[in-house]
Amino acid sequence: MFKDLYQETMAAITANKARSGLTILGIVIGIASVIALIAVGQGTQDSIKTSIQSIGSNLIMVMPGAQRSGGVSGGMGSAQSLTLDDAKAIGQEIDGVKAVAPEISKRYQVIFGSSNTNTSIVGTSISYQEIRSLEIDTGVFLSAEDVSAMRKVAVIGSTTRDDLFGAGFDPVGKTIKVNNINFKVVGVTKSKGGSGSNTQDDQIIIPYTVAQKYFTNNQYVGTISISAESEEMIDTVQEQVSALLLERHDKTEETTDFRIMNQADIVSAASSITETLTMLLAAIAGISLIVGGIGIMNMMLTNVTERTREIGLRKAIGAKRNDISNQFLAESISLTFLGGFIGIILGWAIAWGIAQFASLNTSVSWSSILLAFGVSAGIGIVFGYYPARRASRLNPIDALRYE
Amino acid sequence: MKKNNAEVAIACHNINKIYQTGDIFTQVLYNISFEIKRGEFVAITGPSGSGKSTIMHIIGALDSPSSGSYYLDGQDVSQLSDDELADIRKNKIGFVFQSFNLLKRTTVLRNVMLPLVYAEAPVENRLALASKALLAAGLEEDRWAHLSNQLSGGQMQRVAIARALVNNPAIILADEPTGNLDTKTGEIVLDTFRRLNKEEGHTIILITHEADVAKHADRIIYIKDGHLVE
Repeated sequence: MFKDLYQETMAAITANKARSGLTILGIVIGIASVIALIAVGQGTQDSIKTSIQSIGSNLIMVMPGAQRSGGVSGGMGSAQSLTLDDAKAIGQEIDGVKAVAPEISKRYQVIFGSSNTNTSIVGTSISYQEIRSLEIDTGVFLSAEDVSAMRKVAVIGSTTRDDLFGAGFDPVGKTIKVNNINFKVVGVTKSKGGSGSNTQDDQIIIPYTVAQKYFTNNQYVGTISISAESEEMIDTVQEQVSALLLERHDKTEETTDFRIMNQADIVSAASSITETLTMLLAAIAGISLIVGGIGIMNMMLTNVTERTREIGLRKAIGAKRNDISNQFLAESISLTFLGGFIGIILGWAIAWGIAQFASLNTSVSWSSILLAFGVSAGIGIVFGYYPARRASRLNPIDALRYE
Repeated sequence: MKKNNAEVAIACHNINKIYQTGDIFTQVLYNISFEIKRGEFVAITGPSGSGKSTIMHIIGALDSPSSGSYYLDGQDVSQLSDDELADIRKNKIGFVFQSFNLLKRTTVLRNVMLPLVYAEAPVENRLALASKALLAAGLEEDRWAHLSNQLSGGQMQRVAIARALVNNPAIILADEPTGNLDTKTGEIVLDTFRRLNKEEGHTIILITHEADVAKHADRIIYIKDGHLVE
């Protein structure tokens, strides 16, 4: 029985190749764009996750709260509430903390010879390397003596190195000018990838003591980065840090002047944005699928009208309503399935092309392929149902007389 | 073939048919009663608008009478649902139409096998059944693999006859089978019916408005203005 249905269906589809082909094309475009756009969304999400995870291990970040109206200079962070003593207290008083690093960061124009670049200067301690999982490409990282003796030394990111010295140049021992103060380059960090504000490749790391003395002249720090001993410890450390700082700042939960975020929070915040974006992209592509489905319906209705006499004949020789509607449903489902299949391949190819030529990450997931197959079969049923029903309800006498 | 002339293939008793269009009722058949025995070759004839097409539809289980009873092959088929009528058509009736109604771009053999698809005949038997029917209908074997639209009118009608025969129905119902053919080809088709009736014992009912065609049958049922004329 299925073999008969299959043969009938193939005969009907191939009877009008151009029309079937164009109708399928509508579904192909719809499915391909769904697959490709979901792949772009998914790929973006993956790369954001990876770059957030590469910021550090079991990272908790404390940042100043919102800027207050009084007593604020446009310096480090949006408000000044965290101090070096806060950072030291966290390191000494809280269990489960592996390392703490204060960060004083500010953007400056940096000059080497005739080249210059605008980059972020981060004043921090030696723990920073461990907390942010930085690896050294050439030279060394800051040492404890660099910090305590306030040596004007700098560890630069790979992108900064490329901008100032050119790619492949070993700048260790060279002197750069930051805000007219000379710093000696002692090391270069390995590239971590990522782009935009996520990157840690474009920054210059100097001892926080130096940053305080030459750039800020106060006790405040921008961010305190904390590394918990293990993933399980993150939540308890975060709670304790919060309690300690509230006590030290003499604040309550309501009047708090700092924010604490951990890596999981950042990942989920970023994920929820990209997920929404992916859904939006898929929804836009979905519109073209609906248009494709309407194309299927249109073709099937034309088919039913054209083949009215054939339907009459089939009924006269004993076809029941179900036989007729199954025949037309099989036809529309085959069309959409074929379209879906080609569309998945095309969408995959487009996603691959985007990854190759547009340097955007793409990732085609099995779930989006299953979704595409399900949707294309569903479109075949939904948009094929009405024409099939119409065919099956034809009166054989009228159908046989149809001209 | 069963050859029991005493058995009744078709029995109509007081058949009335009334069509309703909006509030207007039109009666097309009035108290039609007749019987056709197994193995008979009967023509139902009458001028256009006489109601012979309506009779053909009722006999062919394409339509139901408004009142009266209709027995086909011993079974009351006057009050059946659409799908039940489809079963009757599938098992008991072979249709031959004026305009052949073959599937285009489809081979002769596949056209003849089409009723076997709906009858769910085993696939391995279909070719043999179709070949037998084509031989009986008198179509040369070298045409069997041709597409239906590559045939002449007479050949197409013989394919249609083979399609009507393939499921071995109780009656063969031919609706103006020569209407689209020239006189000479028409004669060949009518001879085919005669041979199927005489040699193989098929019950054949010929619906036609042409007296020349009707006279090929053994008996003529004449309809005029919805009444049977004796």
